[in-house]
Amino acid sequence: MYPIVRREKLADKIYLMDVKAPRVAKHCQPGQFVIVKIDEEGERIPLTICDYDREAGTITIVFQTVGASTERMVSLQEGDAFQDFVGPLGCPSDLIEEDVEELKKKKIVFVAGGVGTAPVYPQVKWLHEHGVDCDVIMGSKTKDLLILVEEMRKVATNLYVTTDDGTYGFHGMGTNQLQELWDKGIRYDHCVAIGPMIMMKFVCKLTKELGIPTVVSMNPIMVDGTGMCGACRLVVGDEVKFACVDGPEFDGHKVDFDQAMRRQAQYKTEEGRAMLKLQEGDTHHGGCGNCQ
Amino acid sequence: MDVLNRVPVREQEPLVRAENFEEVCLGYNEEEAMAEAARCLNCKNAQCMKGCPVSINIPGFIAEVKEGNFEAAYQIISESSALPAVCGRVCPQENQCEGKCIRGIKGEAVAIGKLERFVADWAREHGIKPKKAEKMNGHKVAVIGSGPAGLTCAGDLAKLGYDVTIFEALHEAGGVLVYGIPEFRLPKDKVVAAEVENVRSLGVKIETNVVIGKSTTIDQLMEEEGFEAVFIGSGAGLPRFMGIPGEQAMGVFSANEFLTRNNLMKAFKDGYDTPIKAGKKVIVVGGGNVAMDAARTAKRLGAEVHIVYRRGEEELPARKEEVHHAKEEGIIFDLLQNPTELLVDENGCVRAAKVIKMELGEPDASGRRSPVEIPGSEYEIEADTVIMSLGTSPNPLISSTTKGLETNRRKCIVAEEENGATSKPGVFAGGDAVTGAATVILAMGAGKAAAKGIHEYLSNK
Repeated sequence: MYPIVRREKLADKIYLMDVKAPRVAKHCQPGQFVIVKIDEEGERIPLTICDYDREAGTITIVFQTVGASTERMVSLQEGDAFQDFVGPLGCPSDLIEEDVEELKKKKIVFVAGGVGTAPVYPQVKWLHEHGVDCDVIMGSKTKDLLILVEEMRKVATNLYVTTDDGTYGFHGMGTNQLQELWDKGIRYDHCVAIGPMIMMKFVCKLTKELGIPTVVSMNPIMVDGTGMCGACRLVVGDEVKFACVDGPEFDGHKVDFDQAMRRQAQYKTEEGRAMLKLQEGDTHHGGCGNCQ
Repeated sequence: MDVLNRVPVREQEPLVRAENFEEVCLGYNEEEAMAEAARCLNCKNAQCMKGCPVSINIPGFIAEVKEGNFEAAYQIISESSALPAVCGRVCPQENQCEGKCIRGIKGEAVAIGKLERFVADWAREHGIKPKKAEKMNGHKVAVIGSGPAGLTCAGDLAKLGYDVTIFEALHEAGGVLVYGIPEFRLPKDKVVAAEVENVRSLGVKIETNVVIGKSTTIDQLMEEEGFEAVFIGSGAGLPRFMGIPGEQAMGVFSANEFLTRNNLMKAFKDGYDTPIKAGKKVIVVGGGNVAMDAARTAKRLGAEVHIVYRRGEEELPARKEEVHHAKEEGIIFDLLQNPTELLVDENGCVRAAKVIKMELGEPDASGRRSPVEIPGSEYEIEADTVIMSLGTSPNPLISSTTKGLETNRRKCIVAEEENGATSKPGVFAGGDAVTGAATVILAMGAGKAAAKGIHEYLSNK
């Protein structure tokens, strides 16, 4: 069992947990992820690593409630435990494998959308600790959904916060902010975009026009997360890749986002039913048009 | 009694079982087992033992069954096998022990597998455990993977007094026994969990959720955690796809994904969170045991199921018993044809497979007749789900993170057959990680050989 040693609500429907998992904490690197399973009946859910404390043996995860399983996760309190917590999985971020002196010559920008801020944070923190400058554009729909703003401010060289509705910071999306910086003459030569697939798709569309090489962290459906099933397969360039072992980071200009988004929605009906069943319990008998 | 024919084994009715996940074969009861055991000729030079990859003393245990001494029979089997309830169910006995049985020349071979299964089930129901080592020898050995190879190797080493820890990447021990082979062939709680428990009762520790190559490495286990030898039994779990157009469409799965969702994650059971989609019309591509398992699973989830295989009935690599069961349950076999493309609807879901008919050419160097396409014979088979069961290969994760471990061009770890030794001192390997996808019992044989190899290595160190 993997005990939850801290649990915090960061924003509406967004939660942070520190989970004790010494083997994972000892070996993980920014860019990697874990798979958690609540209990015997639970499914395996992939979550990126937001932070880690090697001495305390803990991993920080951040998740948003989007369906039955994440809704169940919220009910876990400090002192409760996950039955299973596997990792670190996937490849570490390319940035941390590169030569630090080379990195210092680059002008790097991160574009984080929504909960995508969580996996961006450890990368920015790692770069900061190694003396590498980088800018961060982080955005959400509205002010109340912004997370980790103060933490990010401490490690980013320049932090640009955006909200779609203008309730905080720049009024608009991350892409608008990036375009504006570009128009002001700021020339980035490396971009990392992490967030919902639709957001990564639009960042890539823009950076392709601007000629900025862009890395994205893909979040397809996964089961085992160790390369044995191919549920997470994606088309990158002309090749089929398994996001769990070949990624999760890929060259954003080569990813087929439309296909990836379709595959991500594959179990939508089943997920919707599970959510209704959780919310309405035995009173859920169908007839709403969403059930058979 | 007719000595030429075996005592029939009770099974669930085909039309009933095609709608449930209960075990198909119900096994022998005491009287049936004793009657079948009486057919054994107790050969002096027993051919059956030569056919068993772990050399169980078959006439020995059958003689005890004949007398009704079931506990004694269990202890004889336990000397050689750590997983008799599993092997009695899933071994291809027709090519192994039973294939060599003298009774089989004029009539039906003695039902060795069913007798082994009976003995193991009887022992479990009567709470009989294998015997533990009398004292520990103080040496620590790590076993990577808790499939048949790893469990066997760990069990054998524990009996010799080693302090053994198994590291398993998934959340449950058993490897293919838990994620691959379905409940209706191999019950998970009743049989697999109980056999894993038996291995634990020998003193073996099992640490789940550890991905070697990620959570830690073999080098670290040896340098930092004090393991003096390591056995790699990580299997061949990497699925193959065909590389044809449309394969990324929704509704196309590897058999590994389909079976993992159903078997390991129990998607078929109420109350479990993992979803599964079987669709109404399913095509399973391939002809091995895994293809049969996937097809029969899809059938139980309510679909019409076709097996599409590029060779003919004779060439099906699956066990005869499995093919027979699949047919009884209403699986349709579309033989001598091969998909060339999967056709996709406007929502990105698969709607049909375009297949081409095949004929068998001249035998090649290995004696196998390879299939040749018949030009212009393409047609479409409608399907909303396609399951690719084309075989698997070893995951490169371990070999790529272990210094000095030699692999061949198929990514298989190179290891000596007789003792499992690899190119790296102290590191042994066996099972599918070495041979590529094979059978449960061959993996167990390799685990056994490696346990002996490790014992010799550490005794001479």
